[in-house]
Amino acid sequence: MGPRVVLAVFLAFLALGPAILPEFYVTLLNYIGLYGLVALGLVLLTGVGGLTSFGQAAFVGVGAYTTAYLTTTQDLPAALALFGSSPWLALAAGLLVTAAVAWLLGAVTLRLSGHYLPLGTIAWGISLYFLFGNLGFLGGYTGITGVPALSLFGFELADTHHFYYLIWAALLGAIWLTGNLLDSREGRAIRALKGGTIMAESMGVDTARSKMVVFVIAALYACVSGWLYAHLQRFVNPTPFGLQIGIEYLFMAVIGGAAHVWGAVVGASLVTLLKQWLQDWLPEVLGTTGNFEIIVFGLLMIFVLHRARDGLWPLLAKLVPEGAGERTAVPAAEPLSRRAPAPAGTVLLEAVDVVKEFGGLVANDRMSITVKAGEIMALIGPNGAGKSTMFNLVSGVTEPTSGEVRYCGERIDGLEARRIAQRGMGRTFQHVRLLPAMSVLENVAIGAHLRGRRGVAAAVLHAERAEEARLLAEAARQIERVGLAEHMFAQAGSLALGKQRIVEIARALAGDPNLLLLDEPAAGLRYLEKQALAELLRKLRGEGMGILLVEHDMDFVMGLADRVAVMEFGQKIAEGVPEEVQNDPGVIEAYLGGVD
Amino acid sequence: MEQPILDVSDLCVSYGKVEALHHVSIKVCPGQIVTVIGPNGAGKTTLLGAVMGLLPHTRGRVEFLGTAQRDIEVERMVAAGAGLVPEKRELFGEMSVEDNLLLGAFMRRRMGFRDERETMEQVYATFPRLGERRGQRASTLSGGERQMLAVGRALMGKPKLLLLDEPSLGLAPLIVREIFHIVAALKKTGVAVLLVEQNARAALQIADYGYVLETGEIALEGPSDDLEDDPRVIESYLGLGGKH
Amino acid sequence: MDLQIALLLGQDGIVNGAVYALLALALVLVFAVTRVIFIPQGEFVAFGALTLASFQAGKTPGTLWLLIGMGVAVAAIDSFSAWQSRRPRRILQVVGWNLAYPLLVGAAIRYGAPQEWPLALQVLFAMAVVVPLGPMIYRLAYQPLAEASVLVLLIVSVAIHMALVGLGLLFFGAEGSRTTPFSDASFQLGDLMVNGQSLWVVAASAALIVVLYVFFERTLYGKALRATAINRTGARLMGISTTMAGKLSFLLAVGIGALSGILIAPITTVYYDTGFLIGLKGFVGAIVGGMASYPVAAAGAVLVGLLESFSSFWASAFKEVIVFTMIIPVLVWRSLTTHHVEEDE
Repeated sequence: MGPRVVLAVFLAFLALGPAILPEFYVTLLNYIGLYGLVALGLVLLTGVGGLTSFGQAAFVGVGAYTTAYLTTTQDLPAALALFGSSPWLALAAGLLVTAAVAWLLGAVTLRLSGHYLPLGTIAWGISLYFLFGNLGFLGGYTGITGVPALSLFGFELADTHHFYYLIWAALLGAIWLTGNLLDSREGRAIRALKGGTIMAESMGVDTARSKMVVFVIAALYACVSGWLYAHLQRFVNPTPFGLQIGIEYLFMAVIGGAAHVWGAVVGASLVTLLKQWLQDWLPEVLGTTGNFEIIVFGLLMIFVLHRARDGLWPLLAKLVPEGAGERTAVPAAEPLSRRAPAPAGTVLLEAVDVVKEFGGLVANDRMSITVKAGEIMALIGPNGAGKSTMFNLVSGVTEPTSGEVRYCGERIDGLEARRIAQRGMGRTFQHVRLLPAMSVLENVAIGAHLRGRRGVAAAVLHAERAEEARLLAEAARQIERVGLAEHMFAQAGSLALGKQRIVEIARALAGDPNLLLLDEPAAGLRYLEKQALAELLRKLRGEGMGILLVEHDMDFVMGLADRVAVMEFGQKIAEGVPEEVQNDPGVIEAYLGGVD
Repeated sequence: MEQPILDVSDLCVSYGKVEALHHVSIKVCPGQIVTVIGPNGAGKTTLLGAVMGLLPHTRGRVEFLGTAQRDIEVERMVAAGAGLVPEKRELFGEMSVEDNLLLGAFMRRRMGFRDERETMEQVYATFPRLGERRGQRASTLSGGERQMLAVGRALMGKPKLLLLDEPSLGLAPLIVREIFHIVAALKKTGVAVLLVEQNARAALQIADYGYVLETGEIALEGPSDDLEDDPRVIESYLGLGGKH
Repeated sequence: MDLQIALLLGQDGIVNGAVYALLALALVLVFAVTRVIFIPQGEFVAFGALTLASFQAGKTPGTLWLLIGMGVAVAAIDSFSAWQSRRPRRILQVVGWNLAYPLLVGAAIRYGAPQEWPLALQVLFAMAVVVPLGPMIYRLAYQPLAEASVLVLLIVSVAIHMALVGLGLLFFGAEGSRTTPFSDASFQLGDLMVNGQSLWVVAASAALIVVLYVFFERTLYGKALRATAINRTGARLMGISTTMAGKLSFLLAVGIGALSGILIAPITTVYYDTGFLIGLKGFVGAIVGGMASYPVAAAGAVLVGLLESFSSFWASAFKEVIVFTMIIPVLVWRSLTTHHVEEDE
């Protein structure tokens, strides 16, 4: 029984549900659908994007209150009257308000460390709850009654059964859109967030924007859920939009499995059913009434985080054998346009008198290096000599205190890493930064991020398939170029370290660079792996690529590099062809040390 | 030979899929300075981390003062008398020199000793520059002074074995010489030293015995006088090929 | 508004602000040492106040059962691991602190009629019941996740908050309580009537801040905590275990929380869920201080207290909204002064 069969059975159950289930269960399924929609947003935000929010209930509230206010208030001001004329237009208004609020919250917190967003959403959740309860025109704590029923093509969705289909259509639609988004260029940029800001930015991803995209989408899903809720219940009050419910939404996503879209449905079902049962059972056991289910939820949550941090979905997914759905072929597509190659011998990178100070410490002292097209330049030196600092200055991770870095004649010092990537410089990392659960193909495709244009709107509707095919074809081409074609669809994390480093090179190549910056590519590799790596680098050099190599392994460097620069105490102490450098007494001194 | 103070046998350490140390065995005897030299990335820091319990090992055995350490814990190693001066110094930057030293005696104070003032005076006598700067924040010290503070802080625990990770790192030759003189002098006080260094010449000059670590394996070992003249040491650093 | 009212509001604001400042300090401490954003801090404010109120009402506080229950759990886990690593003396220590101590405290409360005890002894026992919950919670919930990300630790904090609010309702019911004031005196200060309990709150908070300062600046364990916050690896190499530092910081934070609750219980009715909002206001102060600076956090918290009391005069329905919206400008300012995108962990 493959996943498609399971999905078909599930959909058939959903379609028949209202016909075969008692009223009570249909109502329960309605709530599961409403909660699942909010939890789905949190999956995107928490499991995929590595951010989180406790304030989703407040966004649900915005959706519910906007429509309730607009559709029940007589004599709306002219500007709002149009939105109040139909619940569907009120939904549009709710989405606009939600997007604006989410954008504002994101703008003030997303540049800060990761914990400021959740803290900001706690404050926002509390503020909004009290605002709902105290604003006269929203009915205070009693709320707004008389919200009209929805009608669709003239058909009124007045009862639970009709509404059921609307709710689940919305949830399944949102799951489809989310799945589309994740399987796209924008989606890869979002998933790259978990690989660290520096990696994503170096591949050309605007990480602040990607974070904003997921936060706003999560808020919009919550808003739709609120809108549905208001028209299902036909009245709203502040209670379901408080912080505590916001926390329960997060629990649903985490318990269900925050890394997968179906985790949201599993979590929403489990929490809803468990809550229902506990609310009956606990007061009986404890002999007093109250919402004691939160004790169980809290403990359950701690248990899940200790023992099964990925939630229940991965455990359930194991029961279904793998099958369709995994990509096994890359469609042929027209190649992407390439940048003009630099003729061999032209100077690509030029650092002139670069100085970098940390506090009083001078890490780089008037360092100058050049790298030309079609050559391998190696930067070596004892530990602590300042090689990594130099690498970071060139790749845009930090800015020099003084001096200039030029790429193809243009100043690039002070530019963000993604702008440097855009100009044709690709890099790898000393500690491999691949996304282990993604396929090699998808990892490499992240490197081609800047060669695509289509945005989020096209991605969620999969209207960018032509461009996507070209990006994937390019990624596949680079994987073949580095000789890893047989691993194209394997999970990156399942490869040996040597191959992972080569995947990183393919990822850098997917950005169509003229210059490659490699940070200790041979570290931790076995002898044969080093041979293979050296062979690849020679081949790339032959194709006109400029390569700057920071490396410890002397055998590797001396057999490969055209020129070698040696650093000590932040300064360049020697430069030349490998034989010169190896016989330079100053270099021997620097490495072996000398004490008289 | 007398009972070694530290006896590491067949030690293997991995980071995920990468094995950083393969079957490494070293010994340090009381009153000895033993050095482990080798190029960058050979696994020297990993060796000290595993001995001290900062990193888990996958295989092998670490015996300290005659007791085998199952699941080595840093705190228990410190209590037993091991002091590590880490490569990155790991000082308490926003605290004064004196407070940094005082914390060096934390474990001894916990164990009931009350001699930290005396020990501190000894440290100041060894490193007069620290005495002059006792009220200053550690983060405002120069590179050499920081290294002195890191060594002094470890000495506050009155270790039986001092583990030094690249004390010469990033320091000017004059200061390296000063620090190595002090390490050599420690030997006379009965402290055994395990010195991990890239600066092979300086290390071999003060050590009794040396090991050359290369890509996670002991490539060479012997009395340091022998290693000093061994051309294979230079080869292992500068990769002249034909190392076997 | 005349001067009289302004002074009155100012007094209110400073009294509340003093409590928020204490909580803010505890939050900054816990975050610096353990990277835990300690959301459940507020629950201990309520637990402290309501445990004392239970004594005064002649009831056995439910927190005692929590203490015994968690003690059993910790004793079981830690004895097992001590037995595995063959450290018999450690088992004795574990059982002593986690089983014998709670039972002794329990016996004293069950058979000692705390209703008739002097206030100071009641306060002491309320602390004796609530404060050990801090290190126990650290042991059970956080220690197994010590290497997890700030985000995971934050979610754990929120889960604990939920569980403790539920337990608070179970232990103390939905009704609020007030406790006997420490002092019935009141003083005329110019135009202003100052009541004794308010003075108590401000004086005790100030004293506690001084005590904390001395602890961190002058004592070995205080310095050890600071060392862990500054450089965890460095601290471990001195033999300061991360677990010990974590438990100690939780002990202090919960102690500060419980004491804050005991201080305010005579002037405000405390419900099982009152603590959460109080704790979060301490949080706003801590965020003002960037979760890192003690003096700025304390000043921010006092500002929160003043803002709250003045907004309760002008727009009482919106005072919570105003207080929690205050973090927006703070975050904007922090965001603008941060140049590069911060890399997590």
